[in-house]
Amino acid sequence: MSTLPSPTSTLAGRQRPPAITAGWAYYPGIYLALTRNSLVRDMTFKANFLFWIFVELLWFVLQLVFNNVLYMHTDRIGTWTKWEVLLLIGTSHFIQQIFQALFLVNCSNLSELVHTGKLDFMLLLPVNTRFLVSCRQIDLTGFSSAGSGLAVIIFAAHKLGLHPSWLQLAYFAGLCAAAILIHYSLMFVMASVSFWSVRAQGIMMAYYNLFSIARIPDVAFAGGARALFTFVIPMLLVSNVPVKVLVQTASSRGEILLMLVISAAAFIFSAYVWKCALSRYTSASS
Amino acid sequence: MLTAIRPYLFTFKLGIENTLVYRTNFLFRALFNLLPLFAIITLWKAIYSDRHKTVSGYTVVDMIAYYLLVTIIDNLTSVTEDDWQIASDIKNGHISQFLLRPVEYLSYRLCLFSAGRCVFTVAAAGPVTLFLIAQRDYFLWPADCTTFACFSLSLVLSALLQFLLSFSLAMLAFWLFEISSFAFVLLALQRLLGGQMFPLDILPVGLQRAMLCTPLPYTTFFPASIYLGRIEGWAVASGLMIQAGWVATAYFAARFAWQRGLRSYTSVGS
Repeated sequence: MSTLPSPTSTLAGRQRPPAITAGWAYYPGIYLALTRNSLVRDMTFKANFLFWIFVELLWFVLQLVFNNVLYMHTDRIGTWTKWEVLLLIGTSHFIQQIFQALFLVNCSNLSELVHTGKLDFMLLLPVNTRFLVSCRQIDLTGFSSAGSGLAVIIFAAHKLGLHPSWLQLAYFAGLCAAAILIHYSLMFVMASVSFWSVRAQGIMMAYYNLFSIARIPDVAFAGGARALFTFVIPMLLVSNVPVKVLVQTASSRGEILLMLVISAAAFIFSAYVWKCALSRYTSASS
Repeated sequence: MLTAIRPYLFTFKLGIENTLVYRTNFLFRALFNLLPLFAIITLWKAIYSDRHKTVSGYTVVDMIAYYLLVTIIDNLTSVTEDDWQIASDIKNGHISQFLLRPVEYLSYRLCLFSAGRCVFTVAAAGPVTLFLIAQRDYFLWPADCTTFACFSLSLVLSALLQFLLSFSLAMLAFWLFEISSFAFVLLALQRLLGGQMFPLDILPVGLQRAMLCTPLPYTTFFPASIYLGRIEGWAVASGLMIQAGWVATAYFAARFAWQRGLRSYTSVGS
């Protein structure tokens, strides 16, 4: 924080108006400091850190076991083969874990910040409050677990005989980033409910259940359910579209464009909800 | 007798009032808990694209009925936050008061667990009933009253077993700073071995037998199998006896862990 400009720095000998928030150039430095803090915190409890990696791996293995059991009794789900679904599960896990590493803990903690009044302190800091609330803590176990997702993606791609071009890989990475933005925006909207509700932890945990939709091939859904999970809660886009780009079954560029538009719309909507939530915030502690 | 029970009745009432504060939270949780169920049903319907297909004797109706039943059993019997709260009581020294008062901690927590289940069941009743109505073509009723009575008994034993397993796990808080990772391991094993992810009898026979040697299939798979008539006669009676045996084992394990934990427990300033 020492790198922030003095609020009353002088310009040509005259007093400049005090800076309300840090300039964007300072944010990488702030983020780096927050990352360092998270690393120190995690390394304080090394055994716990390692055990959480095991727990995440265990849950991922459960999904793989379930997929294996399903394909003991069928050859295809819609048009999706076993290895294509494995690629989907790996991609979904990779996206979920990166999202978890960057944002999940922070969104979960918003409820506590509101109800204990600790948000007051953050509102007073010369940094964008949403940035601070969203990025305060980084869950490093998420990055390790994302590695297992990546390993499954590579294994499934090998089984499918895929040789993606650099352009395909770039599309895949970009769409994964868009998927993380969708998850973050939706979760942040749900976390903002804590400004109105007594206890939002249940709602936070509830978000976890949405990931179960993201792991399913979109062809399994039809009618209203498919529309709901494509346009309103776009869980059928977040993993399906990146995978389709890799296996070259994306029907048109329309799906890619739709996902990008929805991710931008979700982020704008979350910004609006945050603004509304802050406008009705009355401190709990003072 | 009444004097001895009164504190626990009061605890139950207190538990109801305390959890009612979070009824909206419960409603959201119950609502969102239906999402994985919806996902899994959709997946199985896609697998059963040919409606006459069977998977290890399960028709599409049997399979979806199984998952609907798992949801009902889960709502009625599963432990939600009890293990976390017990661990928190131990870490924060709140259990000290139970060492001085004529109220036993395990029974106290059992009352709170029962109260929590009652409120959660009421909160979940709306969304679950609507979901069952939407899936009414796949919902099966029990074959007869005896089946329903056995199912009800196994439900009570399942709730007790889950509570006692969680209580035993929470006792780790006497020795460890953080137990939530262990709670997630138990939950993961319960999903797989309990039969919440898929009916265990669609697996190879050897694997089924190995799984049935653990207590976890008796939390969900066994009550569901009774209800759906997958097991009958002597198999039901012997299964109920094994389930009761696991409840007794878990009870003694919980008591043993509690006694051992108290030996290493220190409370400063409370």
